[in-house]
Amino acid sequence: MKNEHLLLSKVTIDFPTDNGPYRALDDVNLSIAEGEFVSLIGHSGCGKSTVLNIVAGLHQATSGGVLLDGREVDEPGPERAVVFQNHSLLPWLTAYGNVELAVKQVFARTKSKAEMDEWIRHNLELVHMEHAMDKRPSEISGGMKQRVGIARALAMEPKVLLMDEPFGALDALTRAHMQESLMEIQNELRNTVIMITHDVDEAVLLSDRIVMMTNGPAATIGEILSIDLERPRDRLALADDPQYNHYRAEVLKFLHDRHNKVAA
Amino acid sequence: MTEQIMAYVGNARAGFIGNMIKLFKGKIMQDKLQALAKSLLLPILAFGVFLMLWSSVASQIQTSLGVVPGPVQVWEQAVTLYEEHNEERTSEQAFMDRQTKRNEAKLAKNPDAEIKTRPYTGKATYFDQIWTSIFTVLTGFLIASIIAIPLGIICGLSTSIYTAINPLIQMFKPVSPLAWLPIVTMIVSAVYVSDDPLFSKSYLNSAITVTLCCLWPTIINTTVGVSSIDNDLVNVSRVLRLGWVTRVFKIVLPSSVPMMFAGLRVSLGIGWMVLIAAEMLSQNPGLGKFVWDEFQNGSSNSLARIMVAVFTIGIVGFLLDWLMLSLQRFVSWDKSATVR
Repeated sequence: MKNEHLLLSKVTIDFPTDNGPYRALDDVNLSIAEGEFVSLIGHSGCGKSTVLNIVAGLHQATSGGVLLDGREVDEPGPERAVVFQNHSLLPWLTAYGNVELAVKQVFARTKSKAEMDEWIRHNLELVHMEHAMDKRPSEISGGMKQRVGIARALAMEPKVLLMDEPFGALDALTRAHMQESLMEIQNELRNTVIMITHDVDEAVLLSDRIVMMTNGPAATIGEILSIDLERPRDRLALADDPQYNHYRAEVLKFLHDRHNKVAA
Repeated sequence: MTEQIMAYVGNARAGFIGNMIKLFKGKIMQDKLQALAKSLLLPILAFGVFLMLWSSVASQIQTSLGVVPGPVQVWEQAVTLYEEHNEERTSEQAFMDRQTKRNEAKLAKNPDAEIKTRPYTGKATYFDQIWTSIFTVLTGFLIASIIAIPLGIICGLSTSIYTAINPLIQMFKPVSPLAWLPIVTMIVSAVYVSDDPLFSKSYLNSAITVTLCCLWPTIINTTVGVSSIDNDLVNVSRVLRLGWVTRVFKIVLPSSVPMMFAGLRVSLGIGWMVLIAAEMLSQNPGLGKFVWDEFQNGSSNSLARIMVAVFTIGIVGFLLDWLMLSLQRFVSWDKSATVR
């Protein structure tokens, strides 16, 4: 481990229900280095999103906690930008306006008006949306909306980029395009990323490490798989790569056989 | 030779494709015409059937004021009302001309003469009544909106305030504003005492009655719109750490605009219905008074004139709703709202 950029320590969370507290996560420990791309994979309802929300600060852990650069996370903030599953753009603002809202909030004191404008345009160019920046969300496709959502998150210059199944709602072809774009951006910016996914190929293709979670209740980390594949990665070349297929099989095996294993 | 053939084939092909395009264009034109015919012809057809049914049923019913009027008699009365309006305007103009002439003559004789200008006091025509009603309903609606929208926003933002006020809203909501009318009348005549009143008391009474019924749908819809904001958008504002003011103006209000307008449209619709009843009940000037006067008048034309008023009320109500819809389309990001 190079350094402990982001640390999840003994994270446990109980949700109150009518039949007493429901333990969603139990003793989740994870250390993520700066610039690392980590995927969380697991079955529906296993608490992947809860982990992400705790890192984002949207949920509070019942016990244990999250440290970012040695400081405890106790509320949401733009240094932990979130790309939501269903884009969550404000429908009454244009693509430019949506990114602008974030930029104005984060850089109001440090950037001039012209610099902010340039920064907004730069981030929209990064996700190849410069041609549609005056369009509203209802006027662009699902993939384009998600691109704007990513631009908005990147424009906050976050220390950690949190992505909650960012491509889950997209068709296969668009998803592949978005994955390519994300790899390109990641190659350039070297953000620390935590991404939730259902898609085994997506996880292996994009990640440095894949964190596999057991099923709830009291879900926790079942296994962590390091992906040692050269970057930049090429989807087509990797399709025949034995190493790639080995990783893929590992994840699939975990999801099929071992997810029922009760955490010790 | 080959080139010639190729050229010929090329031409032929161009001709074929060209024809296809023309045909296709023709097809599109045809489709458009059909759509237009459908959207125009069907309503006209339905209206025709309605007129036929009306005239056949009406002629069967004998009342103490004669036969229930059919479309023809109603149309005649509409024309008559228009002519009466014109006559009244002509005589008003004549009155004003006479007055101006008299005053000028006075001034010519003696430049220091005191000049009196008397307003024309002829009876209000049908069109005057229409304008009075529209002006009154818009006043009442405007007052209600100015109160209800901020109140709804506050209720939507704070569950404590909502919990506190909700029983009051639920209790007053089902009260017919006509029940308020006597109280409003008494309060206005007690409180609004002025030698030179800007507004007549009857106008205030009607407007306040309209206000009392326009409040509730707007409050409730605005509350729901503000409080049911998409959770993801709330999360976005939390991640961005938006301040309270930015959050309300950039996220909460825009997202509740469609619901707010739904409430405003319901309010205005109810307000218009209530106003007519209030005018009938309290003899305040407006379309309701016109209907009541005609009913009391009891001439053989009365029923037809009342029918004219019925149609007028309907058309004005429709236009008011259309006005609100246009306003909504102009203000809101959601352009999908339609008349339903």
